[in-house]
Amino acid sequence: MRYSALSLLGNTFSKNKNWKPAWRNPDPKPRYDVIIIGGGGHGLATAYYLSKVFGVRNVAVLEKGYLGSGNIGRNTTIIRSNYLLEGNNPFYEFSMKLWEGLEQDFNFNAMVSQRGVINLYHSDAQRDAYTRRGNAMRLHGVDADLLDRDQVREKLPFLDYDNARFPIMGGLMQARGGTVRHDAVAWGFARGADQNGVDIIQNCEVTAIDRDGDQITGVQTTRGAIKCGKLAMAVAGSSSHVARMVDMHLPIESHALQAFVSEGLKPFIDTVVTFGAGHFYVSQSDKGGLVFGGDIEGYNSYAQRGNLACVEHVAEAGMAMIPALSRVRILRSWGGIMDMSMDGSPIMDRTHLSNLYFNGGWCYGGFKATPASGYCFAHLLATGTPHETATAFRMDRFARGYLLDEKGVGAQANLH
Amino acid sequence: MTSFRIDGGTLIDRDDVREFTFNGERLRGFGGDTVASALLANGRQLVGRSFKYHRPRGILTAGAAEPNALLTIGRDGRRDPNTRATMAELFDGLEARSQNCWPNVDFDIGAMNGLLGPLLGAGFYYKTFMWPAAFWEKVYEPLIRKAAGLGRASYDPDPGSYEKCWAHCDVLVIGAGPAGLAAALTAGRAGARVIIADEGAQLGGGMLAEGGMIGNKPADAVLADMVGELHALPNVEVKKRTTVFGAYDDQVFAAVEQVQKHLSDAAINPDRAMERLWRIVAKQVILATGAEERPIVFGGNDRPGVMTAGAMRTYLNAFGVAPGKQVALFANNNQAYQTAMDLEARGIEVAAIIDPRKCPDIDYGGKARLIAGAMVRDTAGRKAIKSIAVRHDDGRDEMIAVDALAVSGGYSPIVHLACHRGARPVWSDEHVGFMPPENCDGMVPAGAVAGKAGIASCFVAGATAAVSVLNALGLNAAPAGLPDTQTADDIAQGTVAIWSVPSSKGKAFVDYQNDVTAGDINLAMREGYDHVELAKRYTTNGMATDQGKTSNVNAIGILAQNKGVSPGAIGTTTFRPFYTPVSFGALVGASKGFEFQPVRKSPLHGWAERNGAKFVETGLWYRSSWFPKDGETFWRDSVDREVMNVRENVGICDVSTLGKIEIFGADAAEFLNRVYCNAFLKLPVGKARYGIMLREDGLVYDDGTTSCLAENHYFMTTTTALAAGVLTHLEFCAQVLWPDLDVRLASATDQWAQMAIAGPRARDVLAKIIDDDISNDAFPFLAARDVSMFGGRLTGRLFRISFSGELAYEIAVPAGYGESVADAIMVAGKEFDIAPYGTEALGVMRIEKGHVTHAEINGTVTPADLGMGRMVSAKKDDFIGRVMNMREGLVDPMRPALVGIKPKSLADKFATGSHILKIGDEVSLANDQGYVTSMCYSPNLGHAIGLALVKGGPERYGEEVVIWNGLAGTSITGILCNPAFVDPENEKLHA
Amino acid sequence: MSSLVKCPHCGLRPREEFTIRGEVPTPRPAAGADESVWFDHVYLRDNPRGQHREYWHHSGGCRRWLVLDRNTVTHETGDVVDASTLKSEGRA
Repeated sequence: MRYSALSLLGNTFSKNKNWKPAWRNPDPKPRYDVIIIGGGGHGLATAYYLSKVFGVRNVAVLEKGYLGSGNIGRNTTIIRSNYLLEGNNPFYEFSMKLWEGLEQDFNFNAMVSQRGVINLYHSDAQRDAYTRRGNAMRLHGVDADLLDRDQVREKLPFLDYDNARFPIMGGLMQARGGTVRHDAVAWGFARGADQNGVDIIQNCEVTAIDRDGDQITGVQTTRGAIKCGKLAMAVAGSSSHVARMVDMHLPIESHALQAFVSEGLKPFIDTVVTFGAGHFYVSQSDKGGLVFGGDIEGYNSYAQRGNLACVEHVAEAGMAMIPALSRVRILRSWGGIMDMSMDGSPIMDRTHLSNLYFNGGWCYGGFKATPASGYCFAHLLATGTPHETATAFRMDRFARGYLLDEKGVGAQANLH
Repeated sequence: MTSFRIDGGTLIDRDDVREFTFNGERLRGFGGDTVASALLANGRQLVGRSFKYHRPRGILTAGAAEPNALLTIGRDGRRDPNTRATMAELFDGLEARSQNCWPNVDFDIGAMNGLLGPLLGAGFYYKTFMWPAAFWEKVYEPLIRKAAGLGRASYDPDPGSYEKCWAHCDVLVIGAGPAGLAAALTAGRAGARVIIADEGAQLGGGMLAEGGMIGNKPADAVLADMVGELHALPNVEVKKRTTVFGAYDDQVFAAVEQVQKHLSDAAINPDRAMERLWRIVAKQVILATGAEERPIVFGGNDRPGVMTAGAMRTYLNAFGVAPGKQVALFANNNQAYQTAMDLEARGIEVAAIIDPRKCPDIDYGGKARLIAGAMVRDTAGRKAIKSIAVRHDDGRDEMIAVDALAVSGGYSPIVHLACHRGARPVWSDEHVGFMPPENCDGMVPAGAVAGKAGIASCFVAGATAAVSVLNALGLNAAPAGLPDTQTADDIAQGTVAIWSVPSSKGKAFVDYQNDVTAGDINLAMREGYDHVELAKRYTTNGMATDQGKTSNVNAIGILAQNKGVSPGAIGTTTFRPFYTPVSFGALVGASKGFEFQPVRKSPLHGWAERNGAKFVETGLWYRSSWFPKDGETFWRDSVDREVMNVRENVGICDVSTLGKIEIFGADAAEFLNRVYCNAFLKLPVGKARYGIMLREDGLVYDDGTTSCLAENHYFMTTTTALAAGVLTHLEFCAQVLWPDLDVRLASATDQWAQMAIAGPRARDVLAKIIDDDISNDAFPFLAARDVSMFGGRLTGRLFRISFSGELAYEIAVPAGYGESVADAIMVAGKEFDIAPYGTEALGVMRIEKGHVTHAEINGTVTPADLGMGRMVSAKKDDFIGRVMNMREGLVDPMRPALVGIKPKSLADKFATGSHILKIGDEVSLANDQGYVTSMCYSPNLGHAIGLALVKGGPERYGEEVVIWNGLAGTSITGILCNPAFVDPENEKLHA
Repeated sequence: MSSLVKCPHCGLRPREEFTIRGEVPTPRPAAGADESVWFDHVYLRDNPRGQHREYWHHSGGCRRWLVLDRNTVTHETGDVVDASTLKSEGRA
């Protein structure tokens, strides 16, 4: 059923009794051309673009929990394409362009809101780094503006300009950055893929991967064995765990990241703002809650939760930036598991097995990448070659020394 | 308006009259009141408007679960939006306002949304507002945002202060109801270190609502005895107004104590915290958090005047407030009948008890009419309930006039803290609720949270739980002798599940605050959002500020009913911290404003201050960045002068912030040889050497000099930024990789004041204060050794090293002598026109000399990229980074490498962070040749100069390029060149 | 995650005194080892869901490097040893 003003009105008169399910709830078929492990944002987006753009429709998405139960449903909803490196920037800008047309494309309002993203700087060195970054963005035609202190103050008068330990000097702004209602992204892709014939199979955990030599033949799941032509992994957070089923070791560690939401407030902060002298980023949802987060916990974890020390650090950085947060109450915290790669950038590539494809290592940048990740992974699955914006995400870049290290901290996962 | 205050009320003090305002109207209450009880006493049933439909809402509960009665309390910097009226204590002068209504709570324009009800069903916004695309940000979203949200937060600074503490105990008792009190008494008498915390203003929990007798004593007297004994036990810490809001790993509990939030502005002591965060580490934990009474989902169940039965009882007995004059009870369990009994005992008419159970197993002795097998399907009344519509067992409808309705749909154990670490609660058909998980994360649940009902059995449960945890601690214990409860009847609950009344007329609310109805849950199911998490996310059920305390289990029940399965098969959504919302202020404590992070000051800070330094934050450090003289108004005036003075005369610069590491041991040389990529094995005593340290991935980590001060004694300097990182790295190498090497490391960064004396007259100055011969022959470039100073009164460490490129020394003296020595150098240097210089001038001179800092060592460069490839030893077997440094990608000839850059037209300026393009190339990322890492105005050359990392590097000296700064809209022609702009032959260095 | 960590040198100490580096990878290869062995050591991680051996640094205490056994699902910590013991066992 297509969503439109008319369908909404029609259903209003029938008291919403006639809405059809957004997706089917199929049982697994014996075989699919492509099986995608992981019904999170990236897996669902991959299925959507595979079926829509590349005409591959005999596709199953296997999800161990409910659809969208991974990091797509537990992030801070920020989208941006303010990347520095030549291997990253065009990919994230491609993603931004997909965001910009996404809702009309999949006929689902995911509330893509280009409210602007401002990264604050507090020192000459940070300003210089943002100048470099902003210019890299501009070189690729991405919007970027370097704001001075007065310009930031005009936009964000409630930041701490008077008594800050690390005075705000300015900020790098991407006006096209913003936020998206995260769950709706999963639902929009799921509904779109389902309409193209993709089977989205929930409560279906892959327990083993069947091989014949260097060929994957299928998977064993909690809902039975399923054969496949190609197998695609999109299980960021659990990549190492699933890869172990085919004896694959990855340059990835799993780390927990907490996020938070405040009580609902009348409009308080209009743009996305990130603090430059500590780990804190914040936006306000359409519903009124301030949505914010900080740094990863620092220890390997598969538990979707964090600890108190990080909660305090985030609150401290938040109030250092916005003193008026003092009486704002934090409602809820939650946690997701990040695929922290060893250079801080994702991996999307073929593997040592001829028909196994890998998508992971998104660190804490996976949400904004969702549409492009799906598109490019679908491209790789359908054509066998990487999409032109994703050629740098190779698995062998670590061994060969072509790293994509935006932060320059090297091979220690918890520093990225 | 009539007063609803009646006799009694164990919590209020009628001699303590308190005035407050509600939406500007002056009202009165008593000490001990909550804002909610005071409003009810004043006959104010309508207190707010709902989120989506702006329906009139009253007070549903008497506690932390309140979904409706959210008020903004206070003003300016002391404004607390979204405050639960049921938890806010009344103080004199309190100002409370309704939220989410315009122009006011009585007449709210937004209520028109109610007419659009069917259009605004669950998830409607996902299906619309997409056309035209541009309208979302411009039209729809601003409207939605304006309409959404609850209270308005203040932008004014909060005048209150906050603090954080740690607490350790043997037994933490969470909740001070009958079970918690009995547990704390048992543990306290056994000598254990006990902390008992309760969110309420008074201990007692459910006992506070007891109007009658416990045994042969009034309930409040029993409570007073127990509390009194707890306070008297020195090993028991009683924390009132303290909510344990999070359970974290290894029995760390986060709690927030309201220290002064309940006080009037006049009574607040500014030297005390408003709130205090407790991080409690407990060996054993007793969870005595009680149970939450559930509403029932039926038509019009949100009308002001509808209240949970337990809340009604609390207002009656604890606050002396009558809920109305003609009250009905709608309940599916026996316990709720107590409310009807108490109402009748206080002379309030109970019009009817509507019980959906056909044959309730209860002997109700009161006057009220009992209607069994019936349900309330609707209510009427504009801003407060006037009547209820009852559907009888036989299908007949009856209207009953009431002005208040008590509702009880059963009890949900408050299991949150037991589930914060991932455990799932377990459904119990017997208790019609989700019980604490079996292995309750090390906690022992006791009392209502474990399904017990009634004070007597909670006393026993608490004491028994305490004995079990005390035994686990190795303490012998017996249950505390508890108050006689023989005549206090425990009422078995006898709950029969009804989640939603099938014959409901109109909107039947599940989540009051988010305006989620039973119809919304059904719609979510029909559309495929039938997993409990999807239903939650699609309808927003349970996502309001109350986190679904009154709504989640009802939603699960409805899902289960529709699917024909047990609620246990549906399961719960995830319980997450925080149990109730916590302010940023409490979580931040004192680490705010300027105290966000500590300040590190160099031992020469005072000296620099006296010399007029301007300081700049460098990490935690304050470094002197320049020293303006009279008449210098622009920073460059000072910096240019400082640079020229160093190049022509002599300057002094504080370099104390550099990391300093003492390295000892028979294998220290071998160790250095392995951590630096260049050779260090044969560094002689008395010599310094520049070293480059790689990470194991072959990229440059840090640079600095290391000096051999004596056999087996070295002194390493690191950059300021990586002082701690390098030490940690060296410790890792020494302890983990090569524990067989005899080497010891100690940080000496804070032990030494270190200053650079640079310029052609540097030696002349130092010769006046250093006793030893420091002539070029006696102390050549890279000499390093202890020197006698001031006629033998002080020993310093002198290094002939230079970052500026001038004849330069660094002299280190024990930190405490730093300022005196710097002063002495200033005096000695006066005749040579010595002047202090700061990090800005230092930065200019190092760029002029082509020296790199972390602007170039950006974590992605190799030594070769920095023009120092030849330093990487080809002879050494092993050093950190050796193998990975040889990877294909790290020796790629097209890697960016260090060059100098200057404008072709010397008057042109350019900025650090500009990118480099070939002349004539299209502006694109693919054509990017590199970027400017550092730039400055060189007063020596009279124009801007810079360093850059450019593809091909030194191969391209002389090439004209575009220096492109799209952010600034500038593009100039530059020339790539040797980065050593000044003294490329190093003549000055060796002078 | 323990609130108190048992440092083999200092006894029970607050978690805040420690810094975590991450997984104990394959041992640092011998100087002449193949580049692929080095790649494994520097980049590849086992990253198990369950028991995990990791490097902690008692950075706010004795400044010794330690190896902790910790469960990555429950966060429970087990044995703690001084990291220098790994080398003699051929594990560092």
